[in-house]
Amino acid sequence: MQPNSRHFQANAESALREPNLQSALKQLESGFVAGRQRCYDALPEFEALRDRAKEVLDHTLDNLDAYLLEYEARVLESGGLVHWAGTPEEAREIVIRICRDAEAKNVIRGKSMIGEEIGINDALEASGFEVTETDLGEYILQLGKEPPSHIVAPAIHKTKDEISDLFLEHHRDLGFTKRQTERSALVNEARQVLREKFLAADVGMTGANFLIAETGSNVIVTNEGNGDLSSTLPRVQIVTAAIDKVVPTLEDASLLLRLLGRSATGQEITAYTTFTTGPRRERDADGPGEYHVVLIDNHRSEMLGSELRPMLRCIRCGACMNHCPVYGRVGGHAYGWVYPGPMGSVLTPLMVGLDEAGHLPNACTLNGRCETVCPVKIPLPNLLRSLRSRQHLQRQNSSLARIALSLWSWVALRPRLYQLLTRPAMTLLARLGASSGGFRNMPFASGWTRVRDLPAPQGSTFQARWQQQQRDRK
Amino acid sequence: MVSTENIHSADSPHVGLFVTCLVDLYRPSVGFAAVKLLEQAGCRVTVPRAQTCCGQPAFNSGDDRHARQLALQVLDAFEEFDYVVGPSASCLGTIRCHYPEMFADDAALLPRIEALSAKSHELVSFLVDVLGVETVEAGFDHCVTYHDSCSALRELGIKSQPRKLLASVSGLELNELQGTDICCGFGGTFCVKYPEISGRMAADKVNAAEASGADTLLAGDLGCLLNLAGKMRREGKPTRVYHIAEVLANMADCKSIGEGDD
Ligand code: SF4
Repeated sequence: MQPNSRHFQANAESALREPNLQSALKQLESGFVAGRQRCYDALPEFEALRDRAKEVLDHTLDNLDAYLLEYEARVLESGGLVHWAGTPEEAREIVIRICRDAEAKNVIRGKSMIGEEIGINDALEASGFEVTETDLGEYILQLGKEPPSHIVAPAIHKTKDEISDLFLEHHRDLGFTKRQTERSALVNEARQVLREKFLAADVGMTGANFLIAETGSNVIVTNEGNGDLSSTLPRVQIVTAAIDKVVPTLEDASLLLRLLGRSATGQEITAYTTFTTGPRRERDADGPGEYHVVLIDNHRSEMLGSELRPMLRCIRCGACMNHCPVYGRVGGHAYGWVYPGPMGSVLTPLMVGLDEAGHLPNACTLNGRCETVCPVKIPLPNLLRSLRSRQHLQRQNSSLARIALSLWSWVALRPRLYQLLTRPAMTLLARLGASSGGFRNMPFASGWTRVRDLPAPQGSTFQARWQQQQRDRK
Repeated sequence: MVSTENIHSADSPHVGLFVTCLVDLYRPSVGFAAVKLLEQAGCRVTVPRAQTCCGQPAFNSGDDRHARQLALQVLDAFEEFDYVVGPSASCLGTIRCHYPEMFADDAALLPRIEALSAKSHELVSFLVDVLGVETVEAGFDHCVTYHDSCSALRELGIKSQPRKLLASVSGLELNELQGTDICCGFGGTFCVKYPEISGRMAADKVNAAEASGADTLLAGDLGCLLNLAGKMRREGKPTRVYHIAEVLANMADCKSIGEGDD
């Protein structure tokens, strides 16, 4: 997917004027946010679990090399293969090579963000494979040729009406000539179409919510069961996963699973939680003949060695975006790449470059609601601030803002000068605004007055009045 | 240091008032209200002259060098007091939570910075949590709603304290705001860099204030208040806007924020 983050400003403004999107986003508070809160209130040890999860993941990241090697060894023992990819290109090449070697034609995918990150669908299609997304949301987006706008609910921006139209358009040739408008009828239609795809697939691709070092297993959670079918029916299974998905033990995975569903969708546990380990064994009734894992770095080892390391704890629950007031107004597409919201505003600049994604760390009020709900306690506002520091050091922020702020700091570091300048300025501003109480337009403050008035100040400064009062008292 | 003092008694806590730049420039009455509340609670209040900005705008813009310089200016001006108190959770949150981060690598300065942070408090929480103030002597015959600023709520854990003191204001009725844990869209430079998003957030807050049925909106941070008062005016809403300190100090007889003569 080509990043489009440099147009965040314009993307956001058009999103604000999109009525369907706005009504879809309104559901976040009553749906995911309220759901998480219910789970939080019902689980007294929620905070303790967050602390424990942070500890486990920090320990894992401190020893990531060892756990990855342990994981690889267990996968090999179970008869699978592990491929290491430094970049998205390498990952795509590996996946395509596996598909070619298997003489595959049809590839089905269970929803995975890493698949979006490495752009696997386009690459597979360009190489002549037929790719089908099997997660309902992703399937809808595939029909509409759109990227996901949320990491957990990828089609959250789509209305039921739009989906009815898409299905009619794409399923007519398959014999579904009636435009369905009921939720259940739409789901049923998708199920029938997808069932055929599952049966015809040669390769099943999934991501991984966690990789378990002690067993060489991968864990995926879904609410539709499509992940299970994608990993058990086709003769070849490919797991694509980032290197930060590994956790030491099954016990650790179950700790994180307790937090994941609750934080993501307000579910105590997702409908399907599937552990797969290696290819089919002789005594197994089903399962793939080949089992491949592609482990992808894509800048993560750089993050590991920087102040942004805590970001690698992310378990992709989406709570930060569900609770983000900016995401809640502009939706995921405005961010212009795979990962939106607070976590995306940290990850995107690291993966596509701070020059392309320079808006993202700044398009945040640092209100901190994301940090308070992050199940693994990632200090998202601080990480965004770190990226702002990088921009400042690399002089990547807008020069006007830079100059204005430097000037402010320069004056603020000289209290006498500051008081000398501010007192007449505020007195003048107060006089100009006294009768109306505020200004509709203000030169040099058009960013402010574009959407709100600038209230007039009271008059002279506090310091000036206070000092006068003290003199009068003597 | 040039400073001015209102002497209470030698053993009453000596508070350095961190006025905050927005109060200094925009709404001096909040500063006077803060002094009154602190003195009523038995503090000796000094307003150091060598104070301007806490450095938050620089810090949040990634300009760490200026942020540290401004932090050191605050340290020099306020180190001598028993407490540093100011009418803003945003600025005091910066001093309390972020100054130590700024000097995390500076072994020489860190202990002094940490000592400063530990004795720095937002005004209302200082009155309630540190001084044990339970009631204020004030009257305000209005139905109000209260906006929690994000720094108050999440950096400093301030939620019950303002409500506790407001409950003692005679004539005042409090209607809670829906979605009170959601940001109003101010966000420092955010509000001018992304005006459309900020404006939508402010509009939602203004609508929630109206829906609460209150005729007055209170908050403890002037950044939020200027944003919301400015949006109220732009949308033609009648809701009046005051800093909570003005009401608690019984000094809300002045014009509300953004109110004109006519
Ligand atoms: S940053 Fe935290 S809240 Fe956001 S998706 Fe990752 S784990 Fe979830």
